[in-house]
Amino acid sequence: MTSRVRLADVEVGTLLPAQAFRVDRAGLVRYAGASGDFNFIHWNERFATSVGLPNVIAHGMLTMALAGRVLTDWLGDPGAVVEFGTKFTRPVVVPDDADGATVEVTGKVTAVNDDGTAQVSLTVLCDGVTVLGNPRAVVRLG
Amino acid sequence: MAVNPEYVGRTYPPGPAYLVGREKIREFATAIGDLNPACHDLAAANALGYADLVAPPTFPVVMAMKAATAAVKDPGLGLDYTRVVHGEQRFAYSRPVVAGDELVVTVTIEAVRTMAGNDMVTTRGDVTTVAGEHVVSATTLLISRGIEDDS
Repeated sequence: MTSRVRLADVEVGTLLPAQAFRVDRAGLVRYAGASGDFNFIHWNERFATSVGLPNVIAHGMLTMALAGRVLTDWLGDPGAVVEFGTKFTRPVVVPDDADGATVEVTGKVTAVNDDGTAQVSLTVLCDGVTVLGNPRAVVRLG
Repeated sequence: MAVNPEYVGRTYPPGPAYLVGREKIREFATAIGDLNPACHDLAAANALGYADLVAPPTFPVVMAMKAATAAVKDPGLGLDYTRVVHGEQRFAYSRPVVAGDELVVTVTIEAVRTMAGNDMVTTRGDVTTVAGEHVVSATTLLISRGIEDDS
């Protein structure tokens, strides 16, 4: 593992480069195929609304994966994430239009540990509302 | 319907091994928009010290969710799977997943509770190589929504 972010370069409060991700219906179909999660609520509007959802919603694991990209794009090494967890608090609703939904992810270092790892806390918003609850990671630094 | 607390601690043996393929890692990385060369290009993965392509951190869900789902459908547990939503997910790694890994998942029911009419089951999927090396543990909270919540 070779994180390009050095332990000496981070401190509590260091901000990760923020990113905004567009999630559209084609992206949900692609993620369904890649992950094997073909639940109807992620692609079929008729079914989603019949079970009380406002519309088709993104896979929670896709939203988590996008949050993870803020970690791995920062670190440069997809294998430098040692722990990663979140709650799924609100759905990302994906309308069938050209724009879809936008997921905004920010992150900051909340602890630097003696073993060469750091703890990162993320914030994940859609339409200004938190969609992931307490997303946190432990990452290994170079 | 309440879930059965006697199932806490129960372990489900792994199904057939999952062989992690290069193209599957590329497909998954592409689906999450991850263009990191270590997920796509063998030379780039080697340059970071890996034997083969590296999977993004949430990739183990591909095998772990299938194993967790099979476990919580155990009729004796009493979880209404038709009403299940994903409540929480956590991955704790010993090392990253790389292409060529042959992985098996052993699922343990870690916790069971009923809160505000919702049945909640926490499973831990221990992902190891077929040789027994621990790779990652995937902890999943599944919530079966109570009927009264719909009104």
